[in-house]
Amino acid sequence: MSAVTTPARQASGGVNVKIINRIVIYGLLALFALFYLMPLFVMLVTSFKTMDEIQNGNMLAPPRVPTFDPWVKAWGETCVGLTCAGIKGYFWNSIKMVVPAVLISTMLGALNGYVLTKWRFRGATLVFGLMLFACFIPFQSVLLPMATILGSLGRFGVTLQNSVGTSFGLGNPTVNLVFVHVVYGIGFTTLFFRNYYEAFPTELVKAAQVDGASFFQIFRRIMLPNSMPIFVVTVIYQFTNIWNDFLFASAYAGTGDAMPMTVALNNVVNTSTGVVEYNVNMAAAMIAALPTLLIYVLAGRYFVRGLMAGAVKG
Amino acid sequence: MAFLEIDGLRKRFGQVEILKGIDVELEKGGFLVLVGPSGCGKSTLLNTIAGLETITSGEIRVDGRTINDLHPSKRDIAMVFQSYALYPNMTVAGNISFGMEMRGVPAAERQKAIDKVAKVLQIGHLLQRKPGQLSGGQRQRVAMGRALVRDPKLFLFDEPLSNLDAKLRVDMRIEIKRLHATTGTTIVYVTHDQIEAMTLATKIAVMRDGEVQQFGTPAEIYNNPTNLFVADFMGSPAMNLIPATIGTSGNALSVVLQREAREPISLPMANAPAGLSAFQGKPIIFGVRPEALTDPEGAERNASNIATADCHIEVVEPAGSDTFAVTNLGGKGVVARLRADANIQPGTNTPLAFNLTKAVFFDPATENRIR
Repeated sequence: MSAVTTPARQASGGVNVKIINRIVIYGLLALFALFYLMPLFVMLVTSFKTMDEIQNGNMLAPPRVPTFDPWVKAWGETCVGLTCAGIKGYFWNSIKMVVPAVLISTMLGALNGYVLTKWRFRGATLVFGLMLFACFIPFQSVLLPMATILGSLGRFGVTLQNSVGTSFGLGNPTVNLVFVHVVYGIGFTTLFFRNYYEAFPTELVKAAQVDGASFFQIFRRIMLPNSMPIFVVTVIYQFTNIWNDFLFASAYAGTGDAMPMTVALNNVVNTSTGVVEYNVNMAAAMIAALPTLLIYVLAGRYFVRGLMAGAVKG
Repeated sequence: MAFLEIDGLRKRFGQVEILKGIDVELEKGGFLVLVGPSGCGKSTLLNTIAGLETITSGEIRVDGRTINDLHPSKRDIAMVFQSYALYPNMTVAGNISFGMEMRGVPAAERQKAIDKVAKVLQIGHLLQRKPGQLSGGQRQRVAMGRALVRDPKLFLFDEPLSNLDAKLRVDMRIEIKRLHATTGTTIVYVTHDQIEAMTLATKIAVMRDGEVQQFGTPAEIYNNPTNLFVADFMGSPAMNLIPATIGTSGNALSVVLQREAREPISLPMANAPAGLSAFQGKPIIFGVRPEALTDPEGAERNASNIATADCHIEVVEPAGSDTFAVTNLGGKGVVARLRADANIQPGTNTPLAFNLTKAVFFDPATENRIR
């Protein structure tokens, strides 16, 4: 009898240990998730409360009388520095700056990756190594040199304006920021695309060559249509980085009409006149964070795996 | 003048010479197979013909036109790649017509060409599918369709069957052969599979370390290998290459084979190659294919020079169509190919017939054929 029951008891003991392990693991995970979600929760509930409720109530309590007023005020009426027209203008500033910067840096990264893997030239590895180096440069160290370069470009823009009649955007703070973000994004985008194209079957390129496709035709017709996964990854990465950038934005477009969202948000929060409107600040911060969230939700759908299936082998 | 001529082709990667002076030529409508172990340079040679690799020196001519420095698309060639290299983002029809699209052929004409090729390869029902939705054999067909549609002067195949399973490979091999017979195109074909080489080729170039070891018809390569490497590489099961010495029996030369724990076998030769007399008393390599070493009843009746000797059978392998018997001669396992119903037991002594007209001899020092 005992010989039969002992293994059974051991087995049930094993199941218990398993369950306890699960509880510990999921308990810890839930705790961490809570820890990360707490600030977001506070921001969300605060942005829907009235000032009265904030001053007298519990920070974690949900709004008793939910109101959209703080969001409306943040978007259209709140004061950024001395102008009180909301953050909407700065939101569009950021969009105008981020979209070209992301697209240009991603396309250049794709082109670089294509050349570095499929058109290997002497010293390609060295070039790639140097480009990788760009990923490790601390941005603070380039602030001043870049300011000098942007200054020269601006003066050149003025010269052009006077002689040809157009500055081609040189000296425009938005153009400056696009330029800076493209330059510092290339290192990362090249890294992403090079590693992706490294595993891309070279025989496809050879087949296209035999078919008579030119350098750019191969890029456009063969490489790009099969790059969706890495394209999405790069766009998400670049969009998040550039949208959230504060350092370059405040250094090169920290004042005036071209100010991007991050700097404007900082100015909203730091406005020192009157009462601190926490609900408006929180709403503005949420608006500032929305585009990156949106990009994740929309682009994430295109993380299609196995796009390459069928190109080579079974 | 041959249709495809390759003269003194050399290819160097830095300090390493990959191709060391290749000379081959192929008549119009011929089927040249480049065969050799991996790393012998056969794929590189094919890529230089395609124009996907530059050459260091030498000349490649197709139909009298030097194509050394032409872009791949200007060489009037089509290539089938090992991995098929179908564009995964395009449909089968798109894949087949991509080359024409790049050359600016009007859409109506493209459609006509697609339909024609689809009919030949029986892939009409697949035209709107993507490569990912095709089986291995279907992809292979599409890859061939992409080549066929160009109607080029020269077809290049880079190990096209190596990704298929064994049965499909045999089917596709026959299909390629049929295609060659019906279209009469000129083909250069790379493989490491000597059976593919034997069955498909009109000419074979056996390559090793960037050099052509032997260039000839399949029969020449099989029956008259110029050196040990070619003899060993071509044929399955492989040729028996037995260390032996040359002795005399009467006024003829004989091959002396050592046996374990018994007196050596001496096989008298009626018409030994002339070069062999210089090797009297010296070691040589005696090469005999398994089918030339058989039971006396199964031996070729009209062969002029058959010697029979008693051999100790160690292993018997019935393979269905044949029975293979392994004996030990000259310190090596030697395979004999017997009739399927040969009554033979392992561990016994059985007379085996050596067909010496089919035997070949090699100098162990130079590895070259003794003629």
